[in-house]
Amino acid sequence: MIENLQSRRAFLKGTALATAGLVLAVQLPGSLRRAAAAASDGSPIFVPNAFVKVDLEGITLIMPHTEVGQGIYTSSAMLMAEELEVELDQVRVEAAPPDRSKYMDPILHDQATGGSSSTRSDWMRLRQAGAAARVMLIGAAAERWGVKPEECRVEKGVINHDATNRALRYVEVAADAAGRPVPEDVPLKDPAHFRLIGTKAKRIDTPSKVNGSQIYGIDVRLPGMKFATLVMAPVKGGKIASFDEEAARTVRGVRDVVTAGDEAIAVIADHMWAAKQGIDALKLEWDGGANASVSTETIVLAMQEASLKQGVVIRDQNGAEEAITRAKTKLDAIYHSPFLSHSALEPLNCTIHIENDRAEIWVGTQVPVRAQKAVAEATGLAPENVTVNNQLMGGAFGRRLDIDSIEIAARLLKDIRYPVKLVWTREQDMTHDFYRPYYYDRVAAGLDASGRLIGRTHRVTGSSVFARWAPGAFINGVDPDAVDCAAETPYDEDAVLADYVRQEPDGVTTSWWRGVGATHNVFVIESFVDEMAHATGQDPLEFRQRMLRKNPRALAVLNLAAEKAGWHESLPKGRGRGISLQFAFESYLAHILEIEMLPSKQVKLLRSVIAVDCGITINPDTVRAQMEGGVIFGLGSAMFNEITITNGAVDQTNFDTYRILRINEAPKIEVYQINNGEKPGGVGEAATAGAAAALANAIFSATGRRVRSLPLAQAGA
Amino acid sequence: MKQLTINGSEYNLDIPDDMPLLWVLRDVLGMTGTKYGCGIAQCGACTVHLDGVAVRSCQTTVDAVDGQKITTIEGIGDTAVGAKVQAAWLEKEVVQCGYCQSGQIMSAAALLSENSRPSDTDIDDAMAGNICRCGTYVRIREAIHSISL
Ligand code: FES
Ligand code: FES
Repeated sequence: MIENLQSRRAFLKGTALATAGLVLAVQLPGSLRRAAAAASDGSPIFVPNAFVKVDLEGITLIMPHTEVGQGIYTSSAMLMAEELEVELDQVRVEAAPPDRSKYMDPILHDQATGGSSSTRSDWMRLRQAGAAARVMLIGAAAERWGVKPEECRVEKGVINHDATNRALRYVEVAADAAGRPVPEDVPLKDPAHFRLIGTKAKRIDTPSKVNGSQIYGIDVRLPGMKFATLVMAPVKGGKIASFDEEAARTVRGVRDVVTAGDEAIAVIADHMWAAKQGIDALKLEWDGGANASVSTETIVLAMQEASLKQGVVIRDQNGAEEAITRAKTKLDAIYHSPFLSHSALEPLNCTIHIENDRAEIWVGTQVPVRAQKAVAEATGLAPENVTVNNQLMGGAFGRRLDIDSIEIAARLLKDIRYPVKLVWTREQDMTHDFYRPYYYDRVAAGLDASGRLIGRTHRVTGSSVFARWAPGAFINGVDPDAVDCAAETPYDEDAVLADYVRQEPDGVTTSWWRGVGATHNVFVIESFVDEMAHATGQDPLEFRQRMLRKNPRALAVLNLAAEKAGWHESLPKGRGRGISLQFAFESYLAHILEIEMLPSKQVKLLRSVIAVDCGITINPDTVRAQMEGGVIFGLGSAMFNEITITNGAVDQTNFDTYRILRINEAPKIEVYQINNGEKPGGVGEAATAGAAAALANAIFSATGRRVRSLPLAQAGA
Repeated sequence: MKQLTINGSEYNLDIPDDMPLLWVLRDVLGMTGTKYGCGIAQCGACTVHLDGVAVRSCQTTVDAVDGQKITTIEGIGDTAVGAKVQAAWLEKEVVQCGYCQSGQIMSAAALLSENSRPSDTDIDDAMAGNICRCGTYVRIREAIHSISL
């Protein structure tokens, strides 16, 4: 794994050293001078593995995951720093280049950031990377001193030999360490000795985000760069019928008009304002094509029909249908979950500079290898001639797991030889999203005379994101995400039948959305569990507790949330409390929401109480932040959001028609964490997943009215 | 030629009268701390101050600026209130993706300049125009309350 440093060093010795390197070299002690010589061009001195790099500037973590706001740059840096025995502020973080062989997420099987998998996949490998580097650095120091490595101690990146009172900084032995064998299976620290993991370490990416200096993809500036914006066919598959290029070119500041086939057009200008005016001047006309007659109604109707067919069986245990026929209380229901937009606050964008034999892009992407490939295919260049400069993202929520925005930029700009920043307007971003699928769920259950659940069936009907995004994971017609948290619940269940009907909506592309399958299924399951409790006259908390005898971790979060929320305390008229419980992303989460129905029939969110057990916590403050943000994301969508289609086009165009929850509408949020030493679970999406059910159940508690269709605005609440 | 005073510096720019200040700042001057989120006065990501008052720069044409002093996120730290807001934001770890936070900080600084002890209702009124898609509202409120002037 060691890069070929010997040859690079030899090469550098034979060439003129960069001035900076020389200046540094003469001021440095002998041991460092060699390193300085080797690294005078900024090249690393010591690269023990794919994740750690030491150069004259210090220690760098090559970050396999991307920062979308979730705090992963900080928590992953904590993992490496813990074992490397450095402080967090001694570590710089650099986005990994596209390289699946080194940076693949073992859970997602791609170099990707999503599914709340980052901490779970970095938990071992980044600690191992730090530990291996530490062993090599200590080995180099010990050899230089002629002592045993076990006699050395590291603190804050300084190796000490206390007996002889000698000390060396990591950078001073880095060049020697580079020549040492990479150790295998270095034992990792006993968690009892963690000094960083588990602390509320300050985030490393935030200082630049409070003074305007952080550069996101949309902020990239290059010499000679121009600005562009685009318009795509309003109906999927539609084509440009006509446009007035000359009119656009007469707009002051407009430089070029480019098209990608007949499906998209962009105006390049001196600034976004001119580009937007250029677009308006085009007077675009479109042919809708085959999808021009699609509407939400036609899509839902097709789903309803499909849902009558037998699906692919996911779980069939102990004859659930038969058990229900024997039940004292029988329930069945249909739940609807709408299409949703990601609407990250940073609109999609991509800066691209294509030259004759190479291309370079600056973009915030959750999938750098796919990004590189998209540009290579659009331009005809080899992937290795496409450089991807990954940027911090102003939110992603799954949207930047797709590369359509990068591909269209490369296709539009493939004949342009100056750098162009292509920024989507909010309107294009919202109307050309890849949406959270619409799901149509049929559920049924039977309970015996004692109110015990004896059988449950669940048929999920909807799009398969896996089939499009990772066809290899779509095996025998089963989309594991579409049924996640539907087939398996935290509860002790005798008889379960769960099946899946794949039904792709016409004219809509679907994708991952915060909380993925769990967000849809936890809404359905936890609402339906609530229905079961009420139908049999049981308290929703006690009904759940009774089914959790074999699941102590789930029971513990439920009990903690109930205690903190004061579940058994009575509420004034018009108020209600709703529970949601889940096991998703390998974390347990209970959410109890208190609401008030205002006389205007509007819902006021009062208080969210969340109890979470995500195993070992890397940074408890980051977990809390993800709980707070995740619950707002989920509640806002459940309250207000749906994407609808009319004549093939998306109706919602901006935040006036796709309403985002605001500060005056947000509840108070309390987060309680159980830390029990289990391996880490994911947290980025967990609180989003449980939000809608808690809300629907709270509305039932306040009004006696069951909401089975989101958003609430649609359900008349 | 348009003359603009931004963060204490004067700029003479050859730009159309009806150009929104947002694009002047971002694309002409390269002051990218002010963000584009919606372009229709819905999100507040583009918030700047005109003579200390928070406005949406996507809706403010250069014509309408008319000699008023413009302050952006790049300059707000030079004011006593702005520096305290930035410090409180870091102290409370408000920030997630951070994309909305320039606008949030500009709105909060304008609020606190007028009202050094805002109530929850005051905060709702002043901050409701700023969307945070990451949902950092709980901490924005905490951070504003934590600031003493
Ligand atoms: S960009 Fe100005 S309010 Fe959203
Ligand atoms: S921190 Fe991401 S939008 Fe507010």
